Amino acid sequence: MTTNVEVAGPRHGRKDPVTPPRRRSLRLGRLDLKLSPYLFVAPFFLLFAVFGAYPLVYTAVLSLRKNTLTGGDAGYVGFENYSKVLHDEHFWKVLGNTFGLFVVATVPQLILALMIASWLNKKMRARTAIRMGVLIPNITSVAAVGIVFGLIFADRYGLANWVLQSIGLDAVEWRNHQWSSWTAIAFMVDWRWTGYNALIYLAAMQAIPKELYESASLDGASAFRRFWRITVPLIQPTILFTVIISTIGGMQLFTEPLLFNYGRIQGGSLNEFQTVAMYIYETTFMNNFNVGKGAAISWLLFLIILIFALVNFLLVRRSVRGQTS
Amino acid sequence: MSTMTRTAPAKPAPGPSKKPGRVRSASAALWEASPLTYLGLIITIVLSIFPIVWSFIVASRDNSAVTAIPPPLTPGPNFFSNASRVLENTDANFVYGLVNSAIVSGCVTLSVVFFSTLAGFAFAKLRFKGKNALLLIIIMTMMIPTQVNIIPLYLLMVKLDWTNTLQAVIVPFLVKGFGVFMIRQYAESAISDELIEAARMDGASTWRTYWSVVLPALRPAAAVLGLLTFMETWNDFLWPYVVLNGDTPTVQVSLNILATGYYKTDYVQVFTGTALAIVPLLIVFIAFGRQIIGGIMEGSVKA
Repeated sequence: MTTNVEVAGPRHGRKDPVTPPRRRSLRLGRLDLKLSPYLFVAPFFLLFAVFGAYPLVYTAVLSLRKNTLTGGDAGYVGFENYSKVLHDEHFWKVLGNTFGLFVVATVPQLILALMIASWLNKKMRARTAIRMGVLIPNITSVAAVGIVFGLIFADRYGLANWVLQSIGLDAVEWRNHQWSSWTAIAFMVDWRWTGYNALIYLAAMQAIPKELYESASLDGASAFRRFWRITVPLIQPTILFTVIISTIGGMQLFTEPLLFNYGRIQGGSLNEFQTVAMYIYETTFMNNFNVGKGAAISWLLFLIILIFALVNFLLVRRSVRGQTS
Repeated sequence: MSTMTRTAPAKPAPGPSKKPGRVRSASAALWEASPLTYLGLIITIVLSIFPIVWSFIVASRDNSAVTAIPPPLTPGPNFFSNASRVLENTDANFVYGLVNSAIVSGCVTLSVVFFSTLAGFAFAKLRFKGKNALLLIIIMTMMIPTQVNIIPLYLLMVKLDWTNTLQAVIVPFLVKGFGVFMIRQYAESAISDELIEAARMDGASTWRTYWSVVLPALRPAAAVLGLLTFMETWNDFLWPYVVLNGDTPTVQVSLNILATGYYKTDYVQVFTGTALAIVPLLIVFIAFGRQIIGGIMEGSVKA
């Protein structure tokens, strides 16, 4: 900020003297044109370098060292942490959990979002109010969601079990099985994100020319057929986009499963719903305070996400190119 | 899906239809929301609102509500006495948490909006070498997950002696790649090159052009970015959970202390805390819902 003012300062003062020294102002003007863009983007890059890039590199360095918060740094060990992680059954379990939870949560979420978006894409009364009603879960805090749903899925007296029992089914011990805990957590995630994705789909659907539907309908295409043959193919880039965004979010799942089990990091007695992010926390900030191993898991997680992000980038670029050509 | 079967009666649309003429009745029938569409949306909205409403219901009752079968669906009389119990709870430090969250979210929001408009303007409207490469870097920074940076960031905070201080949850988040990208996209179309040229002709420096011409023109996008940033910061959990404790909590940390400490013994307090933590967000959302929705939808089209 201050740096910008320094450069801009002299030019502010330029107007005050009645006959400004023209050549000097021209030179300053050129300097301003040349330098200002860099000064304008510099704060971002400086702050990012300190709090984004440096930690990223430092994580990589840490992952190659034997290092605990309690015992301190015991030197370079090469890829030992990585090989330990890759031979760690616990890691594979939490990775499986993370992917499993992602699939269980994302597939119904995106299908529901498509449905809701196609409803929202009609002419209706109270449009803004309805959209707000659909989006409201997304603005509540994750911690709050975790706590509220923790009670909804309580074993005794929980609302979910009450509903199940009142339609004649047995109560479920939600935290004691993999399937039930995954269902409950997926429910929380979907509750928070379905409306958000529906609005994104809605935006894409509104960009489709209405004439396409009208002529298809004149040709006798049913509503389902129109949806499947016109809507879905035309918003495909957006669907891919949401899939990737959900993947990035899903790989980092932390708060919902944590608060689902009242803040216990292990995620169930047999780690049935512990995610990679929870395992990183447990490894680094609890138990043995193993910073090196925690950093190795972090980098592995980053690589997994990066692969998805790269796919995302290539897909987006291709679709953009397709539009402009 | 069934709602899409075009059985909607060709009722004239409320308000003047945009396209009077040949295909009007056919297209009106195609786009008119059928009763089933409304039904689907009503169910969606009820499911969306219910957990929030329910946390307020529980928060307004006493601990016998937990064992009540069927669960209570109407509010009780105790919300304010519960609220004062939460606010006086010295473990959770809830008042402090609320104030801290307001400070943190406010600072982060102002900073993100300022730096994003500054850089976004430069990327959209100024010419400089390496622009595209720098923009690509910014887009790539959006892919870095918080988890990856948490360990070294924590060690950095320890080294700076910033653990349990508010700067620990403010300073690392003063800029956001998403913000720069979003403002850049908006500025590309919202600000004409002629406008910038005219300002230059009048002898305005780049800074002055930004401050008195560009920033006012960017206001709608800046407002949306500010709202999204505020809510995101208010809701952030993982990093405050790592770096703060009950002495300097944000509201989410207070909430977690309540949830882990009192869930079994006094869960009405937990729910009252939850409700209190949501209130500021609800106020923001009710006041600016239209802008937030617009921002999400526009951002997705351009992304």
